[in-house]
Order: sequence, then C-alpha cells, then structure tokens
Amino acid sequence: MIYSEKVMDHYANPRNVGEIEDANGVGEVGNAKCGDIMKMYLKIEDNMIKDVKFKTFGCGAAVATSSIATEMIKGKPLDEALKLTNKAVVEALDGLPPAKLHCSVLAEQAIKAAIADYYTRQGIDPTPFVGEIKDDHCDSCCGI
Amino acid sequence: MLKTTVYLDNAATTKVSDNVLNAMLPYLKDEYGNPSSIYTLGRNSAIAVNKARKQVADALGCEDGEVYFTGCGSESDNWAIKSTARMMAQKGKKHIITSVFEHHAVLHSLASLEKEGFEVTYLPVYSNGIVKVEDVAAAIRPDTALVTIMYANNEIGTIQPIPEIGALCKEKGVIFHTDAVQAVGNVHINVKEQNIDMLSLSGHKIHAQKGCGVLYVNKKYRLTPFMDGGAQERGRRAGTENVPAIVGLGVAITDAVNGIDEKNAKLKKFSDRICDEILKIDRVHLNGDREKRMPCNLNFSFEGIEGESLLLQLDLQGIAASSGSACTSGSLDPSHVLLSIGLPHEIAHGSLRISMSDYTTEEDIDRLLEVLPVIVEKLRNMSPLWDHIIKGETFKIK
Repeated sequence: MIYSEKVMDHYANPRNVGEIEDANGVGEVGNAKCGDIMKMYLKIEDNMIKDVKFKTFGCGAAVATSSIATEMIKGKPLDEALKLTNKAVVEALDGLPPAKLHCSVLAEQAIKAAIADYYTRQGIDPTPFVGEIKDDHCDSCCGI
Repeated sequence: MLKTTVYLDNAATTKVSDNVLNAMLPYLKDEYGNPSSIYTLGRNSAIAVNKARKQVADALGCEDGEVYFTGCGSESDNWAIKSTARMMAQKGKKHIITSVFEHHAVLHSLASLEKEGFEVTYLPVYSNGIVKVEDVAAAIRPDTALVTIMYANNEIGTIQPIPEIGALCKEKGVIFHTDAVQAVGNVHINVKEQNIDMLSLSGHKIHAQKGCGVLYVNKKYRLTPFMDGGAQERGRRAGTENVPAIVGLGVAITDAVNGIDEKNAKLKKFSDRICDEILKIDRVHLNGDREKRMPCNLNFSFEGIEGESLLLQLDLQGIAASSGSACTSGSLDPSHVLLSIGLPHEIAHGSLRISMSDYTTEEDIDRLLEVLPVIVEKLRNMSPLWDHIIKGETFKIK
C-alpha cells in the first residue's frame, strides 16, 4: 500500500491540528473499535467558518483527510462547507488506497456533525441543512 | 528522500548476510548448472544442494533425507498440513488440533480442509500468549490426525511448550507439526529430541534470501507430493531447485543455529532496556509473556494511538517497525493474534512490534528510545480517544 506524496505531506505536517477553546460547533464521528475517531472544532461567525481545528485518532489516511478537509472549509460559508464531499477530499489528496477510502467519508461526516452541532446550539433543527449523519462507517471499513 | 536507518522489523524479513551472499554468488554466475544434469556443471549444483541439505539436517538434528526444500515457509505449512490430513483421512482420522494464533499459512490451510469435511479444534492461548499442554492432551481424540502448533509466535514472540507437546503427541501416536519460521535461530531446536514429526522454516527470516523454505518430515511418513512433475526432492516436490537460494539457506541456518546463545545474550539486554523504558510511559502494555518469549521480539500496545500512525511517524524518523492494527492488516479487525490474547479492539489497534536481529546495535536502541516517547506524546496530543481515556470516559464501543 502506497500513499501519495500529498497524503504523506498532510500526515507529516497536518494543518489545523488542535482544539478551539470557544468553538461554537463541535462534531465527533467514528469509534475506537474501528480504529478511527475524528473530532472537528468550528468557530462560526455570520455563517462563515472563521476557524477550524481537528483532532484525530486513526491511521495516516485519517489524519491526512482531516487535515486537508479543514483547509478546504476554512473561510468558507456554511452552505459551501456542507457541499464538501468525500470524493473532493480524495481528489485533493491525489487519491487514497482503496482500503482507505472510508477515511474520507469520516472527514465529510465530521464536518457535517460539527455544523449540525452549531445549528443545534443556535436552536435551529440541523436536519434540513445537514441531513442524516452516518458516523458508523465500520461497514464500509478497510476495503470490504 | 526518506531513508530507513534503524531496521526493527526482522520478524518481517532480514537482510542477507555477507556469508550468505558470498556463498550464493558463484551459483548466480559461473555455477549455473541444473542439478538434474549429468555433466560437471550440473553435478556441481547437485553437490551444492546436497551440502545445503546436510547443513539444514545438522541444524535441526535430523537426517539429510528428511529435509525438503520448498519455495517458502507458507508452502511448507500448506504441504505438511494438507498432505498429512489427506493421508490420515484414508485411515478415518479427520480431526486436527491447532491454536487460535497460528500464522495464516496454517489457519487458512486448515480453513480449506474444514471445507473438505475435516474438523479442527482451535486451542486458546490465554493472556500470556502460550498454549497449555494439558489443553492439547484434552483435545486429542482417537480420530485426531495431526497437531500443529507454532514454535514461537510471529507477532508477540511467545515461545510455545513444543518439546512437551512433542512428547505428548508421541505418547498418543499423533503426528506433530510445528511452524518454526520465527523460532529457528532464536530457540534451540532438535527435532528428534523434541519429538517433532514435521517442521516448517523459512530462509529469509534468518538472513538468507526470500523465496526459499524447508519442510522437515520424519522419514516414518511419506507425504504426497506438493508439486507434481520431475524427480526433484526425491519426487516429493517437483521443480528445478533454486540453487543459489538453497546454498544461501544452508549457510544461513548454520550461522543462525551456531550463534543463538551469543545473539540472545545481546538481544536480551536490548529487550530489557526497551521494556523498562517503554513501560514507563503511561498506559502502555507489553503483549505476551515477558519471560517466555524470544528476546528478539517485543510487542507493545499504546492506548489512545492507532498503530499505522505510529509506524508512519517512526518511518519519518528513519525507523522501520510493524503493527497489528486493522489498518495495517488490511481488514476490518486488528490482528487475530492480539485479539486471541484478549486485547480489546481499541487497544489492539495501538500495537507496535519491534523485532531485532544480530545486526541490531545499541545505537539503534538509543535512537528508538529517543524518538518513540516523543511520537507517542505527539499522537496522543492529537487523539480524541486519548482525551476520552484520560477523562475516564468510556467511549462508545460498537
């Protein structure tokens, strides 16, 4: 299994790692049994993602997808961030090995979960904006 | 460009030693004859193969005629298990005993026999990673055809009570095979004294080249051929001999067996030092019995960290090691070995195997111990799972 240079770059030098103390949208997906958990912290102002940070427990691809996904939504309006697909994440990384594609799904779901949390905190039902969040990716895990 | 400067994955494969390479070179260049040919060039190759066969026989304590060269350790396992099973089935014996944490070459061979109607008993290995002889005794039935238990585990390095199981099988009249791929050169083996009927080994784990293995078979048994064709390997395993690799394996096993005590004395010091240092880190576990293990092999689990991530961080520092996480095993579950000793999935995912050889130096260990604690801290700092663990929260386990 070989990772692209882009994946290795984001793995070795992950962007936006950490927590945001006063985040107003936080989402966590995945589970320990499967071997990856992704947590996104968002600072949202005027429907714009002013800041984003992440923490990830997982493999190289999980870290790299988290890292690049934060770059892709930082400074973007919420509706645009919600349009981020796992496919776009994979393309931005110059591809992922087939067994690792589920990691990109996790990144997409983590962002959605964080935005859903933001809407909930604002007293708004997130479902019309975010849809259903599937945080149990185990079924699609590791190339099966 | 990254370069591996500290190689600690010798259970995966080893570098070819100078002794082995020098012995092989003539058979890659001038002495290229086919051992089956009658003229001098061919005879020279045949003589070289016979010499290697004697070297293997001397190393294992058996006769030359009981040594068969194969393509790899997996082939040896497949051949021993499938041929023995089919041979014994003709006598109405269709039950096989093994352990849950064998190499896949054994487990998958047995799975294919189960499809043919054989029944397999999988013995537990407990939290220390060791099979109990009394469990083997209790599992033996009148229709038991074969007991196959590995000599030492490839992932956690624990040594099994092979001489005791051998004596038991002899007493009960059951054929006993052991996969000794990891044990050869690390543990003193004598197939006659230890009552081993069949033994698999592989050259590339002991500084020979890849693509050459051995199956020892007690002369009491005549296995059906693994490969049909010419008369090579006394008609049991057809195919022109891999002469250079066989020559190399003969030298490698001689060096490996002669050097066991010296190597183990050195590696035990390294192993103790690594254990003492690494176990100082919070929430780290040594997998497998601390004493009944090969000094060359250490396996730890770091809570809150995923194994592949750990390997990539080590790789960035020029260190090569291995893990049993799902992401490195290429399947949904972490390693069956780690699960077999009772580790929960989330702890098995955070495993690291360090495996050393004769070439491992004190400087290698210095470097590992300098780098590893820093990496563990770095990965834990970015791990949401670690946050849950230190807060005492039990994260949802599905």
